[in-house]
Amino acid sequence: MFSAELRNKAEGLVGRYPEGRSALLPLLHLVQAQDGYISHDGITECARLLALTKAEVMAVATFYSMYKRAPMGRHLVSVCINFSCKVRGAQEVYDELSARLGVGHNQTTADGAITLEHAECLGNCEGAPVVTVDYFNYECLTPEEAVRLVGQLRDSARAAASGSAPVAVPPPTRGYPSPGIRDVEYRLAGLGPRHASEPGVIPDQTTADDAAVPTPAAGPGAASETVGTETPGGGGGAEERGPEGLEPESGAGKHDYGGASEQRDEPTQPPNPADAGDSDDRPVER
Amino acid sequence: MVGPVAVVSKRYGLADSHTLSGYLASGGFAGLRASLDMAPADVLEAVKASGLRGRGGAGFPTGVKWGFVPQDLGRPVYLVINADEGEPGTFKDRELMERDPFLVLEGMIIAARALSCHRSFIFLRGEYLWPGVRLEEAIAEAYAEGWLGKDIQGSGFDFDVTLHYAAGAYICGEETALLDALEGRRGQPRLRPPFPAVAGLYASPTVVNNVETIATVPCILEQGPDWFRSMGTEKSPGPKLFCVSGEVQRPGNYEWPLGTPARTIIEQSCGGMLPGRNLKFWAPGGSSTPLLTADHVDIAMDFDAIAEAGSLLGTGAMMMFSDRTSVVDAVLNWTKFYEHESCGKCTPCREGTFWLSQILQRIVNGEGHTEDLQTLDDICDNIFGRSFCALADGAVSPIKASLKYFREEYEHLIDHGVPHAGIEAHAGVVTRNSGSDRPRAGARA
Repeated sequence: MFSAELRNKAEGLVGRYPEGRSALLPLLHLVQAQDGYISHDGITECARLLALTKAEVMAVATFYSMYKRAPMGRHLVSVCINFSCKVRGAQEVYDELSARLGVGHNQTTADGAITLEHAECLGNCEGAPVVTVDYFNYECLTPEEAVRLVGQLRDSARAAASGSAPVAVPPPTRGYPSPGIRDVEYRLAGLGPRHASEPGVIPDQTTADDAAVPTPAAGPGAASETVGTETPGGGGGAEERGPEGLEPESGAGKHDYGGASEQRDEPTQPPNPADAGDSDDRPVER
Repeated sequence: MVGPVAVVSKRYGLADSHTLSGYLASGGFAGLRASLDMAPADVLEAVKASGLRGRGGAGFPTGVKWGFVPQDLGRPVYLVINADEGEPGTFKDRELMERDPFLVLEGMIIAARALSCHRSFIFLRGEYLWPGVRLEEAIAEAYAEGWLGKDIQGSGFDFDVTLHYAAGAYICGEETALLDALEGRRGQPRLRPPFPAVAGLYASPTVVNNVETIATVPCILEQGPDWFRSMGTEKSPGPKLFCVSGEVQRPGNYEWPLGTPARTIIEQSCGGMLPGRNLKFWAPGGSSTPLLTADHVDIAMDFDAIAEAGSLLGTGAMMMFSDRTSVVDAVLNWTKFYEHESCGKCTPCREGTFWLSQILQRIVNGEGHTEDLQTLDDICDNIFGRSFCALADGAVSPIKASLKYFREEYEHLIDHGVPHAGIEAHAGVVTRNSGSDRPRAGARA
């Protein structure tokens, strides 16, 4: 399901953590970077990479509100409606956007440009009412300004889809104009900027070289054959790694707004219970 | 009377505060350098002596928490920074990470050495994209210049930091739910004991610290515990970032010593309430802290004074609301938030928040009954202290406090179907303020 490049990145993510399952939330962001939502294929891919069942992956994917069940448009527009924003006009902003766009919460415009949602406290109450575009913050927007912003986003999306001259997205209060939700999801997967033109860096992918990595079945004080001395330090190190072959994809910006078409995956073997893998037996019992 | 301070926020006015060169030029890493000349055990003692209490909401003494970590289990010790700032009204950690990411890293390195920890994670809420970019850049610069990785600045100490974006769940601000999320699971809290200090991430000893807490560590090592204790009160020493929001002239983050009266912060830093509005109700530390009234506005903003008044300092997120705002509207808004964010694990919270929301919505819609108030109270009593974690306690706090102080507003809605005159149903007025990118001088008016 992942392109060869993204599969390589995905495997790097799994290796970044002492226990590979920690990569699941980043991997689900990576699925959204490619498909614009948590696709069935993406769930299958994550399950394979982490030796989990699809049910286990879906359980995690359905818990977190940033993972979407239907393809997002080019931009995700979030309006905070918690109370500090509400007393400064957030409901009016949301209602106006919903009316003008003709969509409600977690719905996408027909042209595939905008997905609208209302959100819980986004941690920017001093800039109330706050709207984010792909998690870039636009502070203190009136309903009219919000409508104007969204109009510019749609113009930009239309230009990108038709291959005509790019239309600039207005800059947020902090950050840079969003390249689109999928490219932002790439960063949220822990892979840094999707394009060389974006600020930020591809983080050093330290490898999980810790000593005494416990298996999930081992509890505190339990005998474990992996007990060892603590190494002087974690793996990875101070040497900077290069971009590891990341090339901006040609035609970046041309996205399939319809989302990846779902394909039935071929039947897989059920996970072999004899494999250690990861399991839900955790030493800290609920 | 003490004025505002610039300890954790001292670099906020500098344009290059987020760069390594800017950090070093403004005295950065002085705390780390001082701590490298000390034995790790002495670093821990210094933090204990300072009396620093956690800034993430619980206010647990940080040095004591560090002291719980056993060093003899044969497992690696992990440090996890809780950057999942999701408590409504709270935005102090966001600005701190955006403006001074190296201060966070410096605190982490000092802590790690005291804990014999070599591997750490910053668990950052996924919506905090720009703080993430700033942290990415800071971490990369730190590795490049030998402030992270192997043999930090020739000290022989190795330390790695991994930035980890989360995916949208308020409950992951609870430290054990955070650990489950970091392990790649649904973010549900864990039974304690065992506590994370003994069995946390990957069943290994783990310290989870809030962003502001860890960022407060360097100044303790740089200037000493006695200097730290010269600010604040005896049981709540040190400086604190107060994030003020709601119907004030100038919402924002303002750093004052703990124990500063709320009125001082509101009037001096925020310019008071919006024109024509009088303070009616406020939360001292986020929506999970019981509401207070205008009668409480002279209260000292510290852990103990606020606890004595029946509330909690929490995150120090002061949410201020006026006589033009319906208390019941606020309570409904927050109850729906808790219902939405409930992880579903335990019945009182999962079912209770649903029922509370439903009843409050009926009341706001003008379809309330007198019995509803008793029902709300009973449901709250079946939740508070009887749920698996503190999310549920936070959910009932606004309801219980509002019934105590503003029962009349509920009764008016039930009797008349509408709020009383002067209240705007959504208090929806959009006003300009200067936003959070305004330049900050050392002392802020």
